Amino acid sequence: MENNEKRLLTGAQILMEILKSEGVDTIFGFPGGAVIDIYDELSKTDIRHILVRHEQGAVHAADGYARASGSTGVCLVTSGPGATNTVTGIASAYMDSIPVVILTGQVPTHLIGNDAFQEVDIVGITRSCTKHNYLVTNAEDLAGTLKEAFYLARSGRPGPVLVDIPKDIAKTVVQFTMPEESNLKSYRPTYNPNTKQLEKIITLIEESEKPVIFAGGGVILSKSSKELTEFARKAKIPVTASLMGLGAFPGSDPLWLGMIGMHGTFRANMSVGNCDLLIAIGVRFDDRVTGKTDSFAPNAKIVHIDIDPTSIRKNIPVSVPVVGDCRIALDQLNQMIGEANLGNIIKKRQRWFNRISRWKTTNPLSYKQKETIMPQYVIENLFKITKGKAIITTEVGQNQMWAAQYYHFDKPGHFITSGGLGCMGFGLPAAIGAQVARPGELVVDIAGDGSIQMNIQELATAVQYSLPVKVVILNNRYLGMVRQWQELFYDKRYSCTCMDHSPDFVKLAEAYGAVGLRATKPEEVIPVLRKGLNSDKTVIMDFQIEREENVYPMVPAGAPLTEMLLV
Amino acid sequence: MTEEKHVLTMLVDNKPGVLSRVVGLFSGRGFNIESLCVAETIDPLISRITVVTRATESGIEQIEKQLNKLINVIKLRKVSGPKSVQREMALIYVMAKNGQRAEILRIVDIFRGKIIDVGTDHFVIEVTGDEEKMSAIINLLKPMGIKKISRTGTIALFR
Repeated sequence: MENNEKRLLTGAQILMEILKSEGVDTIFGFPGGAVIDIYDELSKTDIRHILVRHEQGAVHAADGYARASGSTGVCLVTSGPGATNTVTGIASAYMDSIPVVILTGQVPTHLIGNDAFQEVDIVGITRSCTKHNYLVTNAEDLAGTLKEAFYLARSGRPGPVLVDIPKDIAKTVVQFTMPEESNLKSYRPTYNPNTKQLEKIITLIEESEKPVIFAGGGVILSKSSKELTEFARKAKIPVTASLMGLGAFPGSDPLWLGMIGMHGTFRANMSVGNCDLLIAIGVRFDDRVTGKTDSFAPNAKIVHIDIDPTSIRKNIPVSVPVVGDCRIALDQLNQMIGEANLGNIIKKRQRWFNRISRWKTTNPLSYKQKETIMPQYVIENLFKITKGKAIITTEVGQNQMWAAQYYHFDKPGHFITSGGLGCMGFGLPAAIGAQVARPGELVVDIAGDGSIQMNIQELATAVQYSLPVKVVILNNRYLGMVRQWQELFYDKRYSCTCMDHSPDFVKLAEAYGAVGLRATKPEEVIPVLRKGLNSDKTVIMDFQIEREENVYPMVPAGAPLTEMLLV
Repeated sequence: MTEEKHVLTMLVDNKPGVLSRVVGLFSGRGFNIESLCVAETIDPLISRITVVTRATESGIEQIEKQLNKLINVIKLRKVSGPKSVQREMALIYVMAKNGQRAEILRIVDIFRGKIIDVGTDHFVIEVTGDEEKMSAIINLLKPMGIKKISRTGTIALFR
């Protein structure tokens, strides 16, 4: 076997060997002086390199790639500014637990600490926003470090891992043997949940008249949507999800309540506010989900299943904590629920289901149609035309919330958004990554006119690689979400949120070699969507929407979840 | 919820940057460090870090979990109770005028301290003990005039 044979290789060659052994066929990056040797070696391999136009885009693209493919995303950038430009992307992947390996070049080891040209302490800078990071100081350590980086990125609670490689390490020749699979005594994620804790959950389900399941990104990361769906159906429990959990449970299922949280549906928030049992799976109880923590699910026993012990009891007290992999836990719960005695309790739950359907009919998601284009109308029609099958990425703000509310997801891996960090400029590069991962599928970035401009340069990347990404801009010439807060909580003082000086997005698309389309009236929405979505090119669709439309429902920051502002 | 004092002792990889990860975790998550001690163990690949912190019950649970999550933290324990021993050490530069020298020597003797430097008008005293003992001797020496003091943080072991 090639694997066991000792060979003399340079650091750059070793990196290629490890990438191949990890099954990496695509990386996103941007070259520079400190990584020139690595790029030289890369050109001799079959690994596909996507040249982004800004290093932040490389990380978001690797993030989108990871979410769309279910594997680890990889990016490669140079030292100094190349490395610092990745920080926002890394922080976003960290908050959303996305497996990404970031390879940064570093100045040669003898210059480290000398304030050399393009030197930054990127390991120091990213310590708090990576799962782990490394500076490689010996070429002998490179192979083991890289292998460990991939192992850490994808195992346990996934996350970004950065490896900083000095230029001389990439050139040094050392003996190479493929390292064994990593085995760290200080890192042993708990995958198997405690069976006794699971038994307690079954007992609680047998007694609960008003249960709710709350699913999060952990269900998607652990690839347990099927198990979750089976569990909810067997136990007859309605399901809500966080923004990160959309797609974990079918949006078309009668048990689906819609999204929870600040812009969650009325029925989801009311259900959580009134339930007697909340089964939280793969979530971390973000403040945008809980509202005021003291009044979050005040009458409920809370069960919390998560692979990361730090997530449990961090924000919300829990009756039954379960540390473990969501899929293994759900699988075992499904076996146990088969033997549970649910007959009577399910009959008793009828009143609960009746209440939920009343909440649905009294305050459904809605908007008033006007003579201008309503953003919700654009998303509704996007959903209809794509039959809910598109992979949706978003920017951040109102566009993201309307996408979450009006596009309904039946499957995981179809909604890719910067949930935790809330990072504007995420959607377009993430769409590029998703399109690279799933070339045959329709990928749509739902954007605002503000956030699309934060990484608009990646349009060149999409065009260069003939990636037929579609961008739907909900253009209200405002930084809409901040404007909404200013309207509601700051007496309409629109401080610095008016963006009247944006480029002509149609011309801009054309300048980049993409297709640009525009709709200014409601009747143009469907034709523009059809034309844009049917194109085999990169397309920007500029929808000039009602300027001061708000996202509702809205739970004001710090208010109880059940106290929503409604349309 | 009231904050209480907790002593945490952990074995960590003896590698550059590890201390910074531990300390950064405290500052980044809004926890405080009252004292900190770090040194290599008998195994040169492993260091022991002892941290004294103040936190609520839920706060210390979160600190312990977060520290355990660090890849370089091999083992972590909260030190308390009769099964543990805790010590700290201080070097105290105390003014020692003629009329007070005998009194200072008596105090040092009672606390089983040592005089490690003598000047015409000062002593430097070395003393070890638990936190209470340290406060006690410092309080007794204060009236003589403590010019400088250097204290280690708590170090701790299970018996």
